[in-house]
Amino acid sequence: MLNFQSSSLVSKTKTIGRRMFLVNSFKAVVVLGILGRLASLQINESSKYKGLADKNRFREIQIAPPRGIIEDYFGKPIASNETIYQLHITPEDVPNIDELFFKLKNIISLTEERIFYLKRRLAKQKLWDTLVIADNLNWSEFSRVNLFLHELQGLRPVVSIARYYENNASAHIVGYVSEITPRDLRQKEYLQDLRIQEIAIGKTGIESLYDQEMLGEPGYLRYEVNAYGKKIRQVGTERGNNGKTFRTTLDQEIQTYAADLIKDVSGAVCVMDIYNGDVVSMVSSPPFNPNAFVHGVAKKDWDELINHRDKPLLNKAISGLYPPGSTIKTLTALSALENDISNTRFTVECKGYMDLHGERFHCWKKEGHGFVNMRKGIKHSCDVFFYEVARKLGIDRLSETAKKFGLGSTVLTGIKEEKAGVVPNTKWKLQQLGKNWYLGETLHSGIGQGYFLTTPIQLCLMTAQIANGGYQLKPRLIINDNENNNNNLLDFLNFQKNNPVSSVYNDLQRFNLKPLFRNQENINFVKEAMYAATNEPGGTSYASRIEEKEFMFGGKTGSSQIKTFTQEQREDEVKQSQMAYLDRDHAWFVAFAPIHDPKYAISVLVEHGGTGSGAAAPIAKKIIRKVIERDPFRKSFVNPIGQDV
Amino acid sequence: MLYSRTSIYSPSTIKDRIFSLDFTLLLSVLTLGVISIFAQYSSSGGNFDYFAKSHSIRFGLFFIFFILISFINVRFWNDFSLLIYASLVILLILTKFFGVQSQGSRRWINLFVFNLQPSELMKIGIILFLSNYYHKVSATDVNKIKTLLFPIISMTIPFLLVVTQPDLGTAILILFSGAIITWLAGVRWKIFAYLLGALIVLAPVAISFLKPYQKSRILTFLNPDADPLGAGYQIIQSKIAVGSGGIFGKGYLNGSQGYLNFLPEKHTDFIFTLYSEEFGFLGSAFMVLLYVLIIYRITKIGSETRSIFGKLYCYGFSSAMFVYVAVNMAMVLGLLPIVGAPLPILSYGGSSMLAIMLGLGIAMSCHIYKNNTVS
Repeated sequence: MLNFQSSSLVSKTKTIGRRMFLVNSFKAVVVLGILGRLASLQINESSKYKGLADKNRFREIQIAPPRGIIEDYFGKPIASNETIYQLHITPEDVPNIDELFFKLKNIISLTEERIFYLKRRLAKQKLWDTLVIADNLNWSEFSRVNLFLHELQGLRPVVSIARYYENNASAHIVGYVSEITPRDLRQKEYLQDLRIQEIAIGKTGIESLYDQEMLGEPGYLRYEVNAYGKKIRQVGTERGNNGKTFRTTLDQEIQTYAADLIKDVSGAVCVMDIYNGDVVSMVSSPPFNPNAFVHGVAKKDWDELINHRDKPLLNKAISGLYPPGSTIKTLTALSALENDISNTRFTVECKGYMDLHGERFHCWKKEGHGFVNMRKGIKHSCDVFFYEVARKLGIDRLSETAKKFGLGSTVLTGIKEEKAGVVPNTKWKLQQLGKNWYLGETLHSGIGQGYFLTTPIQLCLMTAQIANGGYQLKPRLIINDNENNNNNLLDFLNFQKNNPVSSVYNDLQRFNLKPLFRNQENINFVKEAMYAATNEPGGTSYASRIEEKEFMFGGKTGSSQIKTFTQEQREDEVKQSQMAYLDRDHAWFVAFAPIHDPKYAISVLVEHGGTGSGAAAPIAKKIIRKVIERDPFRKSFVNPIGQDV
Repeated sequence: MLYSRTSIYSPSTIKDRIFSLDFTLLLSVLTLGVISIFAQYSSSGGNFDYFAKSHSIRFGLFFIFFILISFINVRFWNDFSLLIYASLVILLILTKFFGVQSQGSRRWINLFVFNLQPSELMKIGIILFLSNYYHKVSATDVNKIKTLLFPIISMTIPFLLVVTQPDLGTAILILFSGAIITWLAGVRWKIFAYLLGALIVLAPVAISFLKPYQKSRILTFLNPDADPLGAGYQIIQSKIAVGSGGIFGKGYLNGSQGYLNFLPEKHTDFIFTLYSEEFGFLGSAFMVLLYVLIIYRITKIGSETRSIFGKLYCYGFSSAMFVYVAVNMAMVLGLLPIVGAPLPILSYGGSSMLAIMLGLGIAMSCHIYKNNTVS
């Protein structure tokens, strides 16, 4: 028994010992495995996991730097930044949100819709994230809130900055900023890395074109956060870079003056320096208030803007498309002369109409102009004369000249709202409409009707390029310190004054100027005819002339037909003013001044103004006077005070 | 021969017993305990009142308990092993009906002073019971079906009771603790192979009984990046914490993953991660070696003990403890699925600490009475 027991004991002990040895070997392998894993994580891959741990714990909150200023030519701000008063809350600090809203309603204007909107936003955000309750309080509201602050637990009054526009005059070309939308984020590459809630970004005009530069480099606050995203402490800040300031070519004083002149009509005004292409003025009417967009425009106001008959948000100067009407006659004449279709002595008898292949084409003057040569044709704006010229010229040659002078393509670079318009020719019609060109359409095109579509800035450029002697201009809105075309062209101007025109030819290379003419005499002829149209009795804009020599200008009226006159209307001699507003012709006037030493070109459009001489020319006259008056000041202004270089 | 028989040394006085303690083991456990208090202090963000306080009180009490247990003659544990096992089974059954429910599982029984988790004690209970069983079984009978039936039943009962709590992790550890004794006792490879084969066949059936969260844990282990904010979150964050610790660690109380709460369960299952982030590779390797030392000392006691019961118990307990440590570490290092296994002594939790200290106490008792025979 004892033997058996002890032999069993020995064999058991042996078995146990043997098996324990196996177990221990296994344990050793496992321990090495764990140590190896530790080494791999903590030594080999340590930097990778350190990066991941930092990504876990740090959150960066971007802070928007002040947006770049938009200045006028003289450095006066058009769009700047103002101090605004805001109210913020952090939901976790507010004991009773309904009570807070209720109390606030008695202190500031807080609509039910806004409260509803805020509550919806609150439901979506984290308890420790900031929510802006009121964006733009006036001082009295803000001080009232501060007075009652002890009763408004959790509310934080905050002083911040936001966009401010000096006035509405430049609203169209300067554009406006408004809260960023998901669509902006999708469409604009440069916004991809921007992580600032509710930041206002440029939506139209210059604000949109130079948005990236004006936004600047955002600074940031770096926080350490816990696993739930709650901020634990601030660990760093960086200031970022302020947005870039842009100095425009606009003259804010002319802008406000022009905007005021056309405030009662729907239309546009463009003024351009004919030597360097500076857009001195560009206004569109009716205006809108760009400041309304900065803090979110109310739905009611937005609907009003959108449904307005005269489309206040449209920049008519670059996006409004209108047939050029009789203003094109300058180019029709020029094209005929340049192509040797006719000379200046070519004469047509105007009987008030012209018959072609059984179709009757009317002149605006029922009784006719009698015998008309080219100078008289422009001066009186005789339609029959230009029907005949266009017939001989043909649409393709006319369209070539029109394109050369800037019609049919955008004038400014990069403003996304700008429209190119239409310069029709046979090929265009075949491609766009799939139909052949008719001779009758050439006749209509010769007087700027039919398929022709132009913008006011295009006609302003056309006039400027005629006025400067026929040289191509590169219009500009922003003054770029690297570009020196300004000085070159001013040199050219002085040079031209002291030299006979013919010798200028040889020096074109030096000034890098591209002539648009074959024979400059033809340009000078058109300029002289425009002088006649304004300053000689019988000229279409004689009534709007200025007799003082320094303001004297030459111009061309135009009216673009909306609706073809019926036979009855023609016989009844219906006046434009007797027609329904929306049926009236658009009124045009293009001009350059001063007549003997041209400096500026202008185009004025009045929608449904009736006639160019009645509606557009008087406005142009006043603006020309203002522009010429300010010219010495502009020319002497070299270095704006306080400009960032 | 005669001399050796009569010279069997059995310490009888308290003084004798104190001097025959294994001081290396004692000091290792004490060191680990002190580290665990610091780790708990860090896990509550440098606040003593939260976990560190009760953890240190528990450690203090259970450490004394450990020494006191070791003074009890090893014979006692052999004699009472069946009773201990039976009462733990009864406690498990009671837990089933009167247990305290928390987070969807019923694991605890309210003892008024504290909530006891009988399944943790069962990890020791099964080792005691099977050591006693194989101590009695003769070497020739070990592989007989009749002899095998009893251990299988005795493992299956607590396994089923615990797995239905549900607590898969502890159930597997109980099963493993039992299996290791059976294995050491000399049961043939073939039988383990059969049982393993049966398990593999039954696994699909078993998986269909798994709770959705348990299934997702296994899937997550296979591909943690598939669902980084869901079930994979714990593994990913744990690996980030360990990896970002580097060689020297981020410094005590400076583990960002820990104090910013990116680590889940950082005072219990993931305490090693927290420690590892703060003390780096060097600290972690030190802790691994500390556990290895403790396990080595227990194994050594087993090899020095004369009785089969003592040998089986010490080998079984050291292997079980090794498995607890290895499973927990492998789990937090992303080598095993998250099963919910605490790290002995370091993790916060009374029952787990009680079970480990009880186990250590019995092992120490084997050391003090290593020359004693057991009935």
